Amino acid sequence: MTAIVSVKNLRKAYDGGFEALKSVNLEIEEGEILALLGPNGAGKTTLISTICGITTPTSGTVTVGGHDTQTDYRAARAMIGLVPQEISLEPFETVRASVQFSRGLFGKPRDDGKVDAILAQLSLDDKRDKKIITLSGGMKRRVLIAKALAHEPRVLFLDEPSAGVDVELRKDMWDVVAGLKASGVTIILTTHYIEEAEAIADRVGIIAKGEILLIQDKAELMAQMGKKQLRIDLAEATAAIPEALAKYDLLRAPDGQSLTYTYDTKGPRTGITTLLNDLQNAGLQMKDLQTQQSSLEDIFVGLVKEDQ
Amino acid sequence: MNLNAIKTIYVHEMRRFLRTIMQSLVSPVLSTSLYFVVFGAAIGSRIDQVEGVSYGAFIVPGLIMLSVMTQATSNASFGIYFPKFTGTIYELLSAPVSFLEIVAGYVGAAATKALFIGIIILLTAFFFIDIEIAHPVAMVALLILTCISFSLLGFIIGIWAGNFEQLQLIPLLVITPLVFLGGSFYSITMLPPVWQAITLFNPVVYLISGFRWSFFGVADVSIGVSLLAITVFTAACLAFIWWIFRTGWRIRQ
Repeated sequence: MTAIVSVKNLRKAYDGGFEALKSVNLEIEEGEILALLGPNGAGKTTLISTICGITTPTSGTVTVGGHDTQTDYRAARAMIGLVPQEISLEPFETVRASVQFSRGLFGKPRDDGKVDAILAQLSLDDKRDKKIITLSGGMKRRVLIAKALAHEPRVLFLDEPSAGVDVELRKDMWDVVAGLKASGVTIILTTHYIEEAEAIADRVGIIAKGEILLIQDKAELMAQMGKKQLRIDLAEATAAIPEALAKYDLLRAPDGQSLTYTYDTKGPRTGITTLLNDLQNAGLQMKDLQTQQSSLEDIFVGLVKEDQ
Repeated sequence: MNLNAIKTIYVHEMRRFLRTIMQSLVSPVLSTSLYFVVFGAAIGSRIDQVEGVSYGAFIVPGLIMLSVMTQATSNASFGIYFPKFTGTIYELLSAPVSFLEIVAGYVGAAATKALFIGIIILLTAFFFIDIEIAHPVAMVALLILTCISFSLLGFIIGIWAGNFEQLQLIPLLVITPLVFLGGSFYSITMLPPVWQAITLFNPVVYLISGFRWSFFGVADVSIGVSLLAITVFTAACLAFIWWIFRTGWRIRQ
């Protein structure tokens, strides 16, 4: 995999001194779906805006397909499609004219067949001659996506695609994103819905206060989440883990008062019953048991809190 | 050069013009016709010739300029302000276009509309008043230059404006007085010497004077000075727009 978007030491400070991005580094691989999760004001939109050219970076570089977004902006921007968070459309234009406008603006010759195909892909074919002002909110969001795809970009940025969108439409949106990925488009989306990241992303990045705190393969994250831990508090501290319990790979607390057992809830057997039996056979007396499971939400909340 | 982008913006703006053809075309034509009837036919019949030209004919170049300047300014300012208002400007900022291409599209369309209106008003004038054009090529060239330079000014106003009131403010408070005091309805030689001197600071004087020269071969200031003034004004507007896009003033954070 090669990086199609490469962000290096990107910093953005506003005139008032507010630092929206603090030296962000990010490599986005070709063909992947990356979800950027973060609370409001984390810098998600600033990051996207800076990559797309709407905001000027204070320092640092961004390359798209090897083209610097400052010095070679034409080539870089031609590869990018952007779906903004706000529904920004000209109310009196027709859907088709609006999408054709986007295509032309990005330097592509007029191609009605292509535009109609994009509209069909987004289930907008019956709306193409309607004025945008007559459309529902969900339909307008589709028009925004159609506009972003009009020039056949290789990288698509979706800023909060499901903000203010009902559940059904959100599922539709996910299907659209999956379809785009299948056609080879690299997708970066921001969201504050954890389920959204879980449902469609290949990798998940967590951003807070202008910094990327973690960026990891979703499958790895899910694997971590599939693991559960059982903590066994002992009536009396043990100096070492008895030989008979070696196979369980237990973790002894430094004070010897508790043992922790990690197991996979998705496996055929958790091994809890045999462990408890073996504990008793080894002569250890249990005082209490507790289990815990980490979720993406825990990781997320933990990271964001730690940062504060 | 992203020619497709220029064409796209131009066509998009012209479509907007056609959607609002009534207000775009009919109202300036109607109001100018009223000027011709009131000043040219009614009041003009009681006024002597001005610089050897009948008063009715004398005001024609000034009236065309008045409409063209206000139309060019308001069309161009609205054209770029509207995307700012609806938020669709994000698309312009993220597209592979240079500032010259954006300006060419928006200003080109606004200037075309203003030119169209200017020509329609000229044709309307032929209905009411008997006039001949001494230098037709120069007339058309001056008209086009004025359309472009005031569209550039309008573009700057559109970027500067933060709301619809501000969008109306400059045309209303600056351009209309400058045009009225710029010799649309009189020759500046009719003013007392002090006011003549002050008037020479009004850039519109040079435009109207030059334009009137192209009709009647007479002018308040020489045509060379007029041309120089229009060129300097156009270059200043272009330089300011270049600075806007370089610094992102009012459009890019």
